Amino acid sequence: MTSVDALIEGLSSVGYIASRRIATALYMAVNLQKPILVEGSAGVGKTELALSTAALLGLPLIRMQCYEGLDESKALYEWKYGKQLLYTQILKDRMGVALADAPDMDAAMERLHGMGDLFFSEPFLEPRPLMKALREDDGCVLLIDEIDKSDEAFEAFLLEVLSAYQVSIPELGVMKAKTPPIVFLTSNNVRDLGDALKRRCLHLHIPLPDAALEKRIVASRVPGIEEKLTQELVSFVQSLRTMDLRKSPSISETVDWARALILLNAESLETEVVKDSLNVLLKFEQDIVAVEPQIAELIRRPLA
Amino acid sequence: MQTALEDFFRALRAADVRISPAEAIDAHRTVALVGFEDRVLFKDALCATLAKSAEEVDRFDRIFETFFTRDSFQAAPPSAEDGEGLEDLPPEAEQSELARMLMDGDASALAQAMEEAADRAQVSQIRLSTQRSRLTRKLLEEMGLSEIERIIAAARKSEDARTEAAGLRLEAARKALSQEASRYVERQHELYAAESGKNLREDLLARKALNSEGGIDPVDQAMMQALVKRMAKRLADRYSRRRHVAWTGHLDVRRTLRKSMGYGGMPFDIVFKTKKIAKPSIVAICDVSKSVAAAAQFLLTFLYSLNEVVDRMEAFAFSGRMISVNAVLDEHRIETAILEVLKQIGFQQTDYGKSLEDFCEQHLDQIDRHTTVIILGDARSNYADPRLDLLATIQKRSRAVIWLNPEPESYWGQGDSVMHRYERFCHVAKQCNTLAQLERIIEDVLRTYIPH
Repeated sequence: MTSVDALIEGLSSVGYIASRRIATALYMAVNLQKPILVEGSAGVGKTELALSTAALLGLPLIRMQCYEGLDESKALYEWKYGKQLLYTQILKDRMGVALADAPDMDAAMERLHGMGDLFFSEPFLEPRPLMKALREDDGCVLLIDEIDKSDEAFEAFLLEVLSAYQVSIPELGVMKAKTPPIVFLTSNNVRDLGDALKRRCLHLHIPLPDAALEKRIVASRVPGIEEKLTQELVSFVQSLRTMDLRKSPSISETVDWARALILLNAESLETEVVKDSLNVLLKFEQDIVAVEPQIAELIRRPLA
Repeated sequence: MQTALEDFFRALRAADVRISPAEAIDAHRTVALVGFEDRVLFKDALCATLAKSAEEVDRFDRIFETFFTRDSFQAAPPSAEDGEGLEDLPPEAEQSELARMLMDGDASALAQAMEEAADRAQVSQIRLSTQRSRLTRKLLEEMGLSEIERIIAAARKSEDARTEAAGLRLEAARKALSQEASRYVERQHELYAAESGKNLREDLLARKALNSEGGIDPVDQAMMQALVKRMAKRLADRYSRRRHVAWTGHLDVRRTLRKSMGYGGMPFDIVFKTKKIAKPSIVAICDVSKSVAAAAQFLLTFLYSLNEVVDRMEAFAFSGRMISVNAVLDEHRIETAILEVLKQIGFQQTDYGKSLEDFCEQHLDQIDRHTTVIILGDARSNYADPRLDLLATIQKRSRAVIWLNPEPESYWGQGDSVMHRYERFCHVAKQCNTLAQLERIIEDVLRTYIPH
């Protein structure tokens, strides 16, 4: 964490090949203690970046998947209703004994007030991901995945957590993190995020990688793959990306495909093998139909 | 470094990268952390703090390069091999720092001097392209041009051949310097003012009447299209997703009681009422006849953009007869779609009565009590029967009928316009002949707010 180069080195030791821009953004996030908003199309390694950072720093990873309708009680905390219920039962049983010798109503009330109110207290608190992250005293990596899927109200609720690393619980007061977690937010751009949220974050856009970077990624993710095959497959995928497809293959698809090819014992790209395994790479029937007749040509075409 | 950064923020803001004071502070902290020895690191780090979307990253890259790149200074004078140097110039030259720099061809010192002079001349405050020549002149004067001119004049008068030659050399260097200065000012203009000029033009366009004399300038067409698209996108972002707001004030007794059964009658799960926001359902009917031809293009563009966002939208176009244009809008790209619609039914004689008849015969079932009907047209029916009864039927079936008329209200009811008669059956009838008005009205509709 001392410099950007050290960070690139460190990330690659845990299997994440980071470009300079990615490493710089991460370096800034750690040093300025700001959350980092990672954007990019599906499968370019947004979530993977958080996982690798956690692995690199040896910190626990706390992950929260966002979806429409996610609210505080699922993200921050909830009361343990069952235990609270039991508690009231115990209270009822004990109450008679405890208050039996009180001479009058006022004295009984007095004693009741003196008993201490446990009903809304920490033992009855069920922490959810956000609170768990704030309560990790040695710090942790908090991954808020696909923030764009959540509601706007939830986004506003996150602001306090992200800027001050604290939460307010009406019954208990403010709870502040001892060590601020390293926060990653990922977004697929389903909707535009609010300016207030964006302002609190560092922004990182991960584009699809160029051929050289992709080759290194494949080599690192799929150990034991032949140099020649990597070269061919990366150049094939890269030329696919120049075509007008509904969903261009991203890094995760390239890696999956590389694994599939190894499983099929392919030593180099042949039209037949590619045809059989194209469904790993392309996720839409129209795309597969459009690419199939051109496979032979795409294999032969050298990387521009 | 602070002023340089502030200038950089200003340039970014001019290019539509929003930078708040808080972000500016972050940027300063960033610079304090990474320093500026490593250019790539400096750039990437600033980019992470300042640019907030992929487009902003692109703009950031462009501005960064323009702002922090200095071409090597080209005002180096012709070589001094034949020996005419500073000492050959008239005595005034000894005092002049600028003359020394020019004669030595000290490019970096000259560049430095120009930056300082630009600061004094406030070149970075440039707003309009017409300010360029004045600012160039001012910049040169701040650098000490008048001294140089005096020296050159003195050298011309001199008898000594060497002095005269030195004067000529200085003059050549001065010419190069003024070219450099005008390039400098040009770059500043590009940084701070080019975008604001564009914004101003867009602003004007948004307010320009679509049916004004001569229509929209062909030069502006492309910009207008972009503007419309952006408008629709903005509306879409705001309204395409939200379906219900939590309305946590009122207890939903029935559901709370039901949930409490699991806890032996203890109401632990408290349920609040939520309010559902119905997604807008829109039927848009667009007049594409001769009289509204200029406006029709943009109304169609808007329909097209809206069609991509609103799930339930039916679009119709008419002049003599009415047709459904949903299929056309779905299948074609925007430019061809509009041409296609205009080709099919555009520019004929308007017949509102006939068109309403067509609509009621074939598509009336698409209107229910959730539907908002938007009619875009000038209500000029060429003295044919306006069929008010049909509009009344539509009004009865729909949630609201909104009529947008590109003509100003004072024209309604004049000549063959039957706007006042139609108006009785509309919840809202408004003049709408600029993009800004159009956006406001559509926004009202999407909010499903119907003013009475």
